[in-house]
Amino acid sequence: MFTLKKILSAAAVSASLTIGLSAVVQAQSLGTPINESQLQGFDLIAQPDGSGYPRGSGTAVQGKAIFERRCVTCHGMTGEGTSTNTRLVGGDMQSEERPIRTVGSYWPHASTLFDYVQRAMPADAPKSLTSDEVYQVIAYVLHLNGIIEDSLVLNKETLMQVEMPNKDGFIDSSQAP
Amino acid sequence: MTKQELEKAAANGLINRRHLLGLGLAGMGTVASTSLLGAEAGFNLEIPGWSKQPGANASGYGSRSKFTDDMQRMSGNPNPLYPGGGSSRSPLHQLQGSITPNSLHFERHHAGIPDIDPAQHKLVIHGLVRQPLVFNYEDLLRYPMVSKIYFLECSGNSGSLFGPNPADGSAQSLHGLVSGAEWTGIPLSTLLDEAGVDPEARWINAVGADAASMGRSIPLNRAMNDVMLALFQNGEPVRPGQGYPMRLFVPGCEGNISVKWLTQIKLTREPTHFRDETSKYTDTRLDRKSQQFTFPMGTKSVITAPSGQMKLERQGIYQVTGIAWSGRGSIRRVEVSADGGRTWADAMIDSHQSEKALARFRIPWQWSGGDAVLQSRATDSQGNVQPTRTSLVTEKGNISTYHFHGIQSWAINTAGDVSNVYA
Repeated sequence: MFTLKKILSAAAVSASLTIGLSAVVQAQSLGTPINESQLQGFDLIAQPDGSGYPRGSGTAVQGKAIFERRCVTCHGMTGEGTSTNTRLVGGDMQSEERPIRTVGSYWPHASTLFDYVQRAMPADAPKSLTSDEVYQVIAYVLHLNGIIEDSLVLNKETLMQVEMPNKDGFIDSSQAP
Repeated sequence: MTKQELEKAAANGLINRRHLLGLGLAGMGTVASTSLLGAEAGFNLEIPGWSKQPGANASGYGSRSKFTDDMQRMSGNPNPLYPGGGSSRSPLHQLQGSITPNSLHFERHHAGIPDIDPAQHKLVIHGLVRQPLVFNYEDLLRYPMVSKIYFLECSGNSGSLFGPNPADGSAQSLHGLVSGAEWTGIPLSTLLDEAGVDPEARWINAVGADAASMGRSIPLNRAMNDVMLALFQNGEPVRPGQGYPMRLFVPGCEGNISVKWLTQIKLTREPTHFRDETSKYTDTRLDRKSQQFTFPMGTKSVITAPSGQMKLERQGIYQVTGIAWSGRGSIRRVEVSADGGRTWADAMIDSHQSEKALARFRIPWQWSGGDAVLQSRATDSQGNVQPTRTSLVTEKGNISTYHFHGIQSWAINTAGDVSNVYA
């Protein structure tokens, strides 16, 4: 675990402290080169520009069956949720009352839905859905919100074109002091 | 020193901070003018039993006194529908100084604590870099490291104070999602430079190895500044609940972006807009626009004693103490009020405070048995002053409940009960 042993052994072999010190300097470049192709099953990042989506496709009609089998315990039969945190459907950011914020009313990018379901859902068995199943189940959630037709084949290309109702509702504060 | 010589610093009993040491205060509840162990108590001091027989041997791994076992983090009941989700809050009201013991540092998890074998853990840096790289734990331990003392605060800390009515809570239950520690690790810029940052890269996307693969996007300019890959906390390897074997640490910023169990850093032109930076941790304003990537935590302080749900048993002199911090600098001033913010006195701040770290403050206060409202107000090195709760809620609204940093009010009634109030 500790580098001193390695440094000392290097010094002992060469009987030179210089070798030991150079080992310390070399220790600043210890990353092993890899290729992006080696990360295909590892990198789950899916961005709004369409980067990072796997092959696959699905419709809301197909997704309904998966949703009712894997998601309803927390999210309810039609996405109404079991709490404000698990509600997926409805809400209006411009309502006079306190706005209910859901995938449909609040989330600015459809890519987030793919990214999150693929990496973290269902909560009791994350990453257990196939890519096709992820497309299917998010198609169903988008359909429950009235954002896409239930016959739309969701894939990398069509998902990029989905416009979320609150897409202009966010302000980037990342460079604020 | 007699009471008559104490210099008043503000109304309702606040005493000049220079009397702190002169009063010989030993902590909350100390009364300067009476003694419970005096001759009138009617007993003689004897040599105790533990002074008459050898004690326990030294141990390989330390433990605390069994008499302090009541000092615990506070966490909600596990939610079977959300395995591993939740948080545990530091017992601020029982702690002193500005370093939180690792065993009591607050935690927030989104899918539980993974049991990671460091020999099997990888850290990948890829995307817009000259050469994608993978690092293992053993090799990372050989890099030059830095040690810095920083606070860490969940952006949901103190969120209940956005609510319309004051919750019946303690310093721990209301404000316990903040802690302080010394973090040791590798400047992230060292590793990004080794991979070679592409000039087109603007963001890093950090992903953890937990079951949620929790991810956050961070601007590259911030990532190249004071962000570190933290491997040690208070001198020991980062604990599993804090991201063992390694976590990102983004000083001064909302805790969620200091991604635990860090396994992937991808450099991109645009942020990913992860769920935890769109659906969560965003601040919907009164005009219904929502602020995203609100990173630095506000200038803030909280009195940890006397604090909510405590009881002052008798009149006398108390040490009012608490912690202050700012995501934009160091703490330069903490004022304390005992009359709900009408008059203020400067508290003593411990001298070893540093940038983006907890600062401990103290001031003596004489409780004469009447009503009082204790408040503290921090000012940081940038001149940012902690706002009142009213001004914060007026400005931000309360559609969202993240990033609360308004002034906390603890009311003391004539019975000595301390409670959270809006004042």
